[in-house]
Amino acid sequence: MDKIRGRVWKFGSNVDTDQIIPAEYLVTGDPKKLAGHAFEKVRPDFAKKVKKGDIIVGEENFGCGSSREHAPRALIGCGISCVIANSFARIFFRNSINIGLPLIECAVEATEGDILEIDFENGRILNTNSGREYRFKPLPDFLLDLLKAGGIVEYTKRKLASN
Amino acid sequence: MTIAEKILAKKSGKKKVEPGEIIEAEVDYIMVNDVTGLPAFEVFENFNVAPLRDKIVLIPDHYVPNKDVPSAEQAKAMRIFAKKYNLPYYYEVGSSGVCHQHMIEKGFAAPGRLIVGADSHTCSYGALGAFSTGIGSTEAACAMALGNLWFRVPESQKFIIEGKTRKYVMGKDVILHIIGDIGVDGALYKSMEFYGSTVESFPLADRISIANMTVEAGAKAGIIPPDNTVYEYLKGRVIGEYEPVFADSTAEYIETFSYDAIEIPCTVAKPYLPSNIAPASELGDITIDQAYLGSCTNGRIEDLRIAAKILKGKKIHPNVRMIVVPASKEVYEQALEEGIIKVFLDANAYVSGPTCGACLGGYMGVLARGERCISSTNRNFIGRMGHKESEVYLANPAVVAASAITGRITDPGEVEHG
Repeated sequence: MDKIRGRVWKFGSNVDTDQIIPAEYLVTGDPKKLAGHAFEKVRPDFAKKVKKGDIIVGEENFGCGSSREHAPRALIGCGISCVIANSFARIFFRNSINIGLPLIECAVEATEGDILEIDFENGRILNTNSGREYRFKPLPDFLLDLLKAGGIVEYTKRKLASN
Repeated sequence: MTIAEKILAKKSGKKKVEPGEIIEAEVDYIMVNDVTGLPAFEVFENFNVAPLRDKIVLIPDHYVPNKDVPSAEQAKAMRIFAKKYNLPYYYEVGSSGVCHQHMIEKGFAAPGRLIVGADSHTCSYGALGAFSTGIGSTEAACAMALGNLWFRVPESQKFIIEGKTRKYVMGKDVILHIIGDIGVDGALYKSMEFYGSTVESFPLADRISIANMTVEAGAKAGIIPPDNTVYEYLKGRVIGEYEPVFADSTAEYIETFSYDAIEIPCTVAKPYLPSNIAPASELGDITIDQAYLGSCTNGRIEDLRIAAKILKGKKIHPNVRMIVVPASKEVYEQALEEGIIKVFLDANAYVSGPTCGACLGGYMGVLARGERCISSTNRNFIGRMGHKESEVYLANPAVVAASAITGRITDPGEVEHG
């Protein structure tokens, strides 16, 4: 995942987990099944039109609300490659990192449909439509190691093996 | 160090921790519910180890009694997991209640403990001086195998609330007022610690409402220093020993906020954020279709008592249905014993057994298009309780009861002599 290129879905502040995946669908953990209901109440066309590799750009406090891991699972099921926001709610942040959905904390100006190029290695985001480039701070080492290990499940397997 | 820092230091075997540092710490308990349990059990089977039996608490509450076949399958998965590993802390429907109330009643929550739960309102146990926080399902599975988990040590904020409250003002109003002040991300990633004479005078029920809703300000934890109110409550309940933890006099808080309790009115959070507050007395023109009393935020005996006091001898407004959901079996039994359930029934309220149900729009009180609910719950997001064009107004149980009588949002003071 050193570099990705994707189309933007633009959201505002305080996108909550009830918006990402409404509670009535929390009867499965399967990303593919959840994906069909992503943003159903607020963006009814999202699940139909989203394509593999698309990028979500939010503003403040993305993913606030419940602890449901179904939210990042639904986004993975939709093929979302990365979520960029000025800030993330903490449980959504943990869940995403733990299950391997890349998040970037960075204020990026983008409009719906813009194409972004993300260079994870060098911490750069290029909006190919506006030509503007943004820099972001890489995750702390521990979390990068967690991502490199393949998420917290692989990390846990290694720890159990070494115990 | 602050309370949060001290608990995390102790549980990670360190003398000192600093905000921003990432540590791995031993957890006392890992709780999952029927919604977040299934994904955790699936992940757990990757590990080929026995779970840490005495740390795992399984409480079906969101969609039990089951609302449909998929939710029945989900609840069954929890039952099977509990049986397969012979887990001691599985609680069948009818024996428990809403997970956070049950965690407190059964003595899992206690001062100085580090508790994680795959439910965002796990922060409730901070009311007893624990560091408790919501996590996801995958990491819950990892913690069930390892007994520990990674944490970023949060910065701490100090909230001081002093003085006597106005009549009918509860813990719910205090926390709504604070969220209205600092915003829904005003405590993002942080630990909120609460001090002052108002908090000290609150019974545990109000303190739980405060700690419970700290997540609505983005907080990782909401902690109230434990005192005799907590120690007395825990007598005969608590599992094992516990050690209260207090902040050092030299503890560093990144921000301090002070409030005068007398200035906090009965407060309502309008759609679609818990920070969108207004005094109940200013919303008297807003009619309601449903009044909901229950949840981990306000479904305790104290909450039912105040609502019953207001409803006694009165009828629910003909345009309104009122739904009362005691947060646990213990609360239900106590309410029966005190005649409170009878008051609700006489007023034409619908009383159900414990479940999270309608709080998150699952079942047992879902709203139709255009309907409006005054609710003692914790979230008023778009479509939270049903149709995307329905509305939830958050309030304390006294406001919910008063509004159920008048059919519009009502400050309880208005109906007390009616």
